[in-house]
Amino acid sequence: MAQENLLFSKDHEWLRVEGDTVVVGVTDYAQHELGDVVYVDLPALGKELKKGDPAANIESVKAVSDVYAPVSGKITEVNKDLNNTPELVNQEPFAGGWIFKIGMTQASELQELMDAKKYEEYLKGIAGE
Amino acid sequence: MTALPKLIFDLSREGKIGCGLAEADVPAEPVIDSACLRAGIADFPEVSEVEIVRHYMALSRLNYSLDAGFYPLGSCTMKYNPKINEKLAAGDEFQAHPYAPHDLVQGNLEIMARLEEWLVVLTGMAGFTLTPAAGAHGEFTGMLVIRKYLQEKGDARKVVLIPDSAHGTNPASAHFAGYEIREIPSNAQGIIGIEELRAHLKPDVAALMMTNPNTLGIFESNISAIAEALHANGSLLYMDGANLNALLGIVRPGDLGVDVMHINLHKTFATPHGGGGPGSGPVGVASHLLPFLPVPRVRRNQDRFEVVYDDPRSIGRVKNFYGQFLVMVRALAYLLALGRENVRRVAEDAVLNANYIRKKLEGVLDLPYKTPSLHEVVFSDHGLPVKTLDIAKRLLDYGFHPFTIYFPLIVHGAMMIEPTETESKETLDEFIGVMNTILREARENPELLRQAPVQTPVRRLDETLAARKPVLKWRRGENI
Amino acid sequence: MRYLPLTDLEREEMKKTIGISDIKELFSCIPSGKCYPSLADLPPALSEPELIAAFKEMGRKNRFADHLSFLGAGACAHFIPEVVSYLSSRGEFLTPYTPYQPEVSQGSLQAIFEYQTMMTMLTGLDVANASLYDGATAAAEAVLLAVRKSGRSRVLLAASLHPEYAAVIRTYVQNLPIELQTVAINEKDGRVDENDLNSKLDGATAAFVFQSPNFLGIVENSRSLAAATHAREAHAVQVVSEAMSLAYLMPAADCGVDLVVGEAQSFGLSLGFGGPYLGFMTAREEFLRQMPGRLVGQTVDLDGKRGYVLTLSTREQHIKREKATSNICSNEAWCALRAGMYLAVMGKTGLARAARTCHLNAAYFAAAAASLKQIKVVYPENFYNEVLIEVKKGRAGDFLAALKKKGILAGVPMNRFDTAWQNRLLLAFSEVHDRKAIDRLLVAMGECA
Repeated sequence: MAQENLLFSKDHEWLRVEGDTVVVGVTDYAQHELGDVVYVDLPALGKELKKGDPAANIESVKAVSDVYAPVSGKITEVNKDLNNTPELVNQEPFAGGWIFKIGMTQASELQELMDAKKYEEYLKGIAGE
Repeated sequence: MTALPKLIFDLSREGKIGCGLAEADVPAEPVIDSACLRAGIADFPEVSEVEIVRHYMALSRLNYSLDAGFYPLGSCTMKYNPKINEKLAAGDEFQAHPYAPHDLVQGNLEIMARLEEWLVVLTGMAGFTLTPAAGAHGEFTGMLVIRKYLQEKGDARKVVLIPDSAHGTNPASAHFAGYEIREIPSNAQGIIGIEELRAHLKPDVAALMMTNPNTLGIFESNISAIAEALHANGSLLYMDGANLNALLGIVRPGDLGVDVMHINLHKTFATPHGGGGPGSGPVGVASHLLPFLPVPRVRRNQDRFEVVYDDPRSIGRVKNFYGQFLVMVRALAYLLALGRENVRRVAEDAVLNANYIRKKLEGVLDLPYKTPSLHEVVFSDHGLPVKTLDIAKRLLDYGFHPFTIYFPLIVHGAMMIEPTETESKETLDEFIGVMNTILREARENPELLRQAPVQTPVRRLDETLAARKPVLKWRRGENI
Repeated sequence: MRYLPLTDLEREEMKKTIGISDIKELFSCIPSGKCYPSLADLPPALSEPELIAAFKEMGRKNRFADHLSFLGAGACAHFIPEVVSYLSSRGEFLTPYTPYQPEVSQGSLQAIFEYQTMMTMLTGLDVANASLYDGATAAAEAVLLAVRKSGRSRVLLAASLHPEYAAVIRTYVQNLPIELQTVAINEKDGRVDENDLNSKLDGATAAFVFQSPNFLGIVENSRSLAAATHAREAHAVQVVSEAMSLAYLMPAADCGVDLVVGEAQSFGLSLGFGGPYLGFMTAREEFLRQMPGRLVGQTVDLDGKRGYVLTLSTREQHIKREKATSNICSNEAWCALRAGMYLAVMGKTGLARAARTCHLNAAYFAAAAASLKQIKVVYPENFYNEVLIEVKKGRAGDFLAALKKKGILAGVPMNRFDTAWQNRLLLAFSEVHDRKAIDRLLVAMGECA
């Protein structure tokens, strides 16, 4: 299920590197755990975040989950489609369900993330618990 | 299945009259500029009195209610609402404007004073405020009292400890009182361990908010040691009294070291839930905290009753007027009917009923905590071929309101069952029988549960749609 | 005992099933030294006839009902049609729990959906919640909401807000990083002093909270106040303590107000010596996700049938816990249901008529009072149903006492709220009054030297 050219965080965010910017969303595992997404609270453009800060949050009917900034930087774009169609997070978690873009300030932080293979192993580990 | 009732707006027809009031008989003209007046209330219903009665009667038939059957919701204490209390609360003699001069409402002030006196004896707290409108309001009030007390001592602290099993109102109330929340985990017995508490007890801790019995229905047996440790640290013990029903006449929170607690009149004291309110959440405090209680307070002065409106050290006012007075009338009536002989019986029967259910179901459902239960028992969905939700929905088909589901959060697929003392053994046996039937269905034909309910007026409403595309009012031309 | 169905025989059977011989064993977890406190101070049980007698005795000590009352200031007696009491007292509406199992709660849910709709019709705003505790806490929640929404921390409160509402707001914000400032009243017309408002509005202001009709009974120029507030990008919050005014005055939404909150006791709830009452909140769409309280929404079920559920629950404490928009859980649901019944029964014409009568009665009094030597009507214009009078000769306390002896409660003495308002009384007029009652008041006032 993991996409080959993406990086992953322990909180089930995925990133796609596009030069100095990363596109961030949540993985298929995350959307499945969340259930039907009813609302996404997007971050303000220009907001400055440190790695690990809560950036957005996703609401399903019975729960709310924070989406954390997997790297430090500034919010450069948000996916406005989620305002009318929050279900994109469920339907296309890796494509149309992307959430925000960060202009990185510390590209070295990318090293701390998992690649597709490590994320798959990580998921297997969780399932085993 | 009956057709669902139309909305009142769809029954509306121009010219229909619901209530016949005469026009004003005074010779006067408006003194407000007509440009500031509205031209009418567009789309407001025009329905005859007859059709209104039919409309609400039809709606009433769609509701399950405590009057109709068992309501084993955990930590809600859905006990019988005595009907004489309704008649007394509706009495014309108790109707009065809250600003009526005190000499004209001595009876009402007496009701409030006597209720407070009962609560003091039952809980061992030194005094109560009756003003908070609900449990959460009481929690907020209690946390403000704690904060003011500590501020006055020059010891303003920032943190409140809250167990992981706590009801959501606890952290929310503490937050609005300006506190930071630090969660403290329950141990394997389902209670707060004294060592765990000590580990969390830093100088910045203002209080621990504890529910006792907790939301697992288990008595926090370390409470006295916990109170001692807190007090030695300069912290206070707040008790969420939602589960007081298990303790009436058995033990008094004031005797266990509790500094502040709230009570839910609409739980322990049998006032009707009304579909979600009104409640009433009196807050009791130990003597050193009395000066900080909100105003106003009713005071007995020999055979007269007075009201204190100003207290320089009070946290201030938390509500208009006196509080939920007509709810207090019902609570006092309930207590006077019980009398000293039956107070303890309430707790004993409540705990007996819960343990009977526990004994009968522990063979077929997973009991995550083996510690003894008081007035409620919590099972998990461990090992079940279906979800807790599916069991709950199938209960509806058998004519029972389900127990509380998915709370407390520390139990997976939690099923929290509180029968209360007002249920007969027959009802408990029927419920147990139905649970066994449903669990058998779950093994043999789980689809029955997943499709449930099938006997109710509507089935498995789409809550996702309701949240994605909120429709929160009727609009002409729209809606189904 | 009639509320305890278990018989002794059944208790024995159940103990046997559980495996205990004494009920005390179930309480072995309680520290033994503290167990079974003395209940000797409590009175003995009362049978139903004894209970009725006990309450009759207390009721005899109340003498409010013997008086003709013109008390208002946040609670007002209105006529309640009998069907409202009849229908709302049904066990199906009075005894259920919060509708968390919507399949068996469609009665309550649809009734509240109808209530929410009618409240938005009255204020003209987009959305209403399913209730708050009362007008004062609704005002406090509105302050918190405006602060959350704007990200700013200063709130201006009109001095003409009900003093108890202002007191509750102060209690609510006492430990939060919110600064309150008061905007003065213009003594000449009893309205908000717009110069003072403009001098205090700034880029840190989250909201301006004003009451209309205000505590002195005066209808504010909401359009102007809202415009001034918006010029500084703050939120305009109108508080209403006499809900009947909503059926008479221009809808607040048309004046540009963002939030209308307040007290809806006037919609079918008895005076009840102060409670339970009904806090309401209505707001523009943009506030929806920050709103406190429950919301009933429409949806469909598995078979495509229309139904109602509690929705947008992720705002609330049971999900968001300390990050919730409010700590409110139990609200005033039954009161909201009853208010919805009242509004439906009164209907478009009945409600408008009652609302108009409240104003005309007040106007009649004010005009006639002009010829009384003892009193002066402080603001003869722009009041809705409450008239502020000043006692010209002697003390207001003596004047009131003399009228009370004649069986009339001639208003609320304003000095109970502010010692600066020494000789002022606030009288409220409702459709329960008629010409005869008001004439009796006028005559009695004329007789009090």
